[in-house]
Amino acid sequence: MLLDIRNLNVSFGSTAQPFQAVSGLDLAINRGEIVGIVGESGSGKSVTMLALMGLIDAPGRVTADALQFAGQDLLGMKAAQKRQIIGKDIAMIFQDALTSLNPAYTVGYQLMETLRLHTPLRGAALKQRALELLEQVEIPDAKSRLNAYPHQLSGGMSQRVMIAMAIACQPKLLIADEPTTALDVTVQAQIMELLVNLQKQNDMALILITHDLAVVAEVAQRVVVMYAGEVVETSSTELLFNTPRHPYTQALLASIPEHSKGAKRLSTLAGVVPGQYDRPSGCLLSPRCPYATDTCRTQRPPQLPLSGTSVRCFTPLNDSGIPSHE
Amino acid sequence: MSTPSNLTAADQAANAAALSYPSPLKEFWQSFSANRGALIALIFFAALVLAAILAGVLAPHSPTEQYREHLLTPPAWVQGGSLQFLLGTDELGRDILSRLMHGARLSLMIGVVSVVLSMLPGIVLGLLAAFYPTWLGNGIMRAMDIMLALPSLLLAVAVVAVLGPGLVNTMLAIAIVSLPSYVRLARASAMTELNKDYVVASQLAGAGKLRLMFNTVLPNCMAPLIVQGTLGFSSAILDAAALGFLGLGAQPPLPEWGTMLASARDYIDSAWWVVTMPGLTILFTVIALNLLGDGLRDALDPKLKKLA
Amino acid sequence: MLSFILRRIAVVIPTFLGVTLLAFALIHMIPGDPVLVMMGERQIDPEFYASALKRLGLDQPLYVQYWHYLLNLLHGDFGTSIVSNEPVIREFLTLFPATLELSLCAMIFACLLGLPAGMLAATRRGTIVDHVTMGSALTGYSMPIFWWGLILIMLFSVSLGWTPVSGRISLEYDIPPVTGFMLIDTLLSGEEGAFKSAAHHLILPAIVLGTIPMAVIARMTRSAMLEVLREDYIRTARAKGLSRGRIVIVHALRNALMPVVTVIGLQIGTLLAGAVLTETIFSWPGIGKWLIDSISRRDYPVVQGGILLIATMVISVNLLVDILYGVINPRIRHAR
Repeated sequence: MLLDIRNLNVSFGSTAQPFQAVSGLDLAINRGEIVGIVGESGSGKSVTMLALMGLIDAPGRVTADALQFAGQDLLGMKAAQKRQIIGKDIAMIFQDALTSLNPAYTVGYQLMETLRLHTPLRGAALKQRALELLEQVEIPDAKSRLNAYPHQLSGGMSQRVMIAMAIACQPKLLIADEPTTALDVTVQAQIMELLVNLQKQNDMALILITHDLAVVAEVAQRVVVMYAGEVVETSSTELLFNTPRHPYTQALLASIPEHSKGAKRLSTLAGVVPGQYDRPSGCLLSPRCPYATDTCRTQRPPQLPLSGTSVRCFTPLNDSGIPSHE
Repeated sequence: MSTPSNLTAADQAANAAALSYPSPLKEFWQSFSANRGALIALIFFAALVLAAILAGVLAPHSPTEQYREHLLTPPAWVQGGSLQFLLGTDELGRDILSRLMHGARLSLMIGVVSVVLSMLPGIVLGLLAAFYPTWLGNGIMRAMDIMLALPSLLLAVAVVAVLGPGLVNTMLAIAIVSLPSYVRLARASAMTELNKDYVVASQLAGAGKLRLMFNTVLPNCMAPLIVQGTLGFSSAILDAAALGFLGLGAQPPLPEWGTMLASARDYIDSAWWVVTMPGLTILFTVIALNLLGDGLRDALDPKLKKLA
Repeated sequence: MLSFILRRIAVVIPTFLGVTLLAFALIHMIPGDPVLVMMGERQIDPEFYASALKRLGLDQPLYVQYWHYLLNLLHGDFGTSIVSNEPVIREFLTLFPATLELSLCAMIFACLLGLPAGMLAATRRGTIVDHVTMGSALTGYSMPIFWWGLILIMLFSVSLGWTPVSGRISLEYDIPPVTGFMLIDTLLSGEEGAFKSAAHHLILPAIVLGTIPMAVIARMTRSAMLEVLREDYIRTARAKGLSRGRIVIVHALRNALMPVVTVIGLQIGTLLAGAVLTETIFSWPGIGKWLIDSISRRDYPVVQGGILLIATMVISVNLLVDILYGVINPRIRHAR
């Protein structure tokens, strides 16, 4: 196992009135695996990954029972020690590539900065490696791009640079946080293809955070569905798309156009993810769930294994997509 | 597809909040009083205003009476001091505390008069520049650029050099030099407001230029102008004191704070209190006004707070 | 880059013309007869009066006078002092290095303290360090510097005897002016102890003059840093595994410097205004003291010329800052 997270909690705000951005999250990733994490905005997907990278600042608080990466304990590690893993073995790319590059430095400088930090390369070899990386992410005319400033690049080009920076030290795990959301549709496909190719070439694990289920269905082997800071369902991609067990997963799938052919209008789930002050006391989905019972409204369901998947629901759906108790 | 019957908790919370929305004044006070520094500054400033207004009653002595037998008496808590003169006396035997209290009148008057004299024309010019952006606006702004080319104190010195020294000319000079900041601010805020829909709506409803300027746009530009006025007050006090110190402002025996310091230089090796007291008074007053300005800005314009 | 610079210069020319008009108007706004006012208590004989009137060109219509004034300016003629009979420009150039030396040292002091203080406060936001730093900055910002100078003299010169009270150098040294910068001239003269004496004389005035700019720089650096530290590219830098120090200095500071450089440039006005006060307190023979002395001597040509020269300098420095801005920020440079 490459990454093992157990009972991760991230909270913000005062200790008296904390806001639980992530609670009781378990996640395991194997070497070379592509895992999709899906959920609405505000469901805690990005926060989980930032916590893993150690990028949550005070007053945010991170706790976990275990946070293991390649056999090393990230929790007890000193900051300086952790910085040798971050950016080298675990790398991350972000949603808005245009603002994720420092406007004051050239592409080459920012790329070589990572290499200088984590590899012994210097001088001409360093520059050569930077050039190779830009070519690897299929940037045309790579040589002249080394001297370009970020504002001279398009969004897709910036994201390629970000990817080049991320894979510079051949990481074992790449986290892509909505890497295509800010891009044009045609560019989106290219970037996804590039990511998958690089994943194969380098045999790295890839965590793909997205709210685009179609992309997940295409590339991921496993899917983690998050809602309001909790994992509600974990399953293989095939099982998840064929037989969703959690009502929220079902609702998510129903909102994809391809999945609801014939329906007059797309199904949607009323309401929004609960915020800081309106968390229900029972199941977090209960106010929006069409199947909610009195138990659901008063008690939090635990995460339970169920025929090859893992579901956080008192009344998981059966193969026909209706609650098991009915 | 939410029908009224299944409003989410969030919607309900929003409705409840809208119903109990505090009045603007109350909201302002809540936000302002949460700022401890600004609150302390407000109390200090209120005390100063009170001391200035009641100087005639509260001051233990006349600001100009010379106690010949008590020249350079140190403050009460120092050896040789007496309770008769709490903060000591100056080289002519005048009570420093009384002079400072009467000086507060002058400083506050200078502040109020020069802020009013520069803010009112500044707002009018700024609005004109915003409403007539072509030749009139450009002309006004170029004129302001020229005034800004000279540091404010130097321009004030130049104005006083022309008009001659004195209290009234000091106020005039300070009003003139602070004019550009109000013009620029009024113009900038008015320009932002002019693009908003409510102005267009008002225009379509047939509101005249004057009405648009002063009834529609101006009230929405007041927040930054009020803040600038507070900060302008503090720099007016500083500049007036500087002019007084240079001998170009209020003339002796007026107990203006800066003027008091002008003659104090000769006593730095013998009577520290003559130097220290007026300066500390200026410093505290200016700090209080700046804190007040910061507090007002944070309370009136939450957008600016994030930047600060 | 060149067209960018030329464009900026073109914008400044009308402002400069306006300033000449202002300086020209100055002498005509004096209530009463300017010659009589200028003469003050001095003896006036009618012959001198007529010659003064003619010399100042006051017998001609205003627009002719202004035209001549502009022509003279183009020839570098900024008028002649009534008191010393020296050309204003020559007096200015003799005294200006003293003010420049003082201002530069004050600015160095302000940057050396203000930049790190602002960075410290920003990276320790909300802590006691932040509160103390910003409290000090507020005090510095609110400081009546003429009083601040007196207090420092009282403390360091009178009580402790560490620094001299006034002047640029001890009277025992006679340093030939080469550059006009006392620190450099004393080194060139090779006289022992002269440099030390000059530095001793400089230290208090520089601190006094640098206090307000320091406070402004600290405040501005803090707020600019806070803003930049929230940017996405800082998150990227952290995700690379860079150390905290490198992130702050290499990635944040460079971007935060843009507004700070503008503010530093704008401080030139504060410096020159402050120089008037500082030079008066420390009897520093610079243009600030020169201007104030001229006002009390009613030497109006000097006041007129001095104000025009100072305004010209402020305009030029602001122009320079504008151009520097383009150099630091590649986006602005490339946009033109």
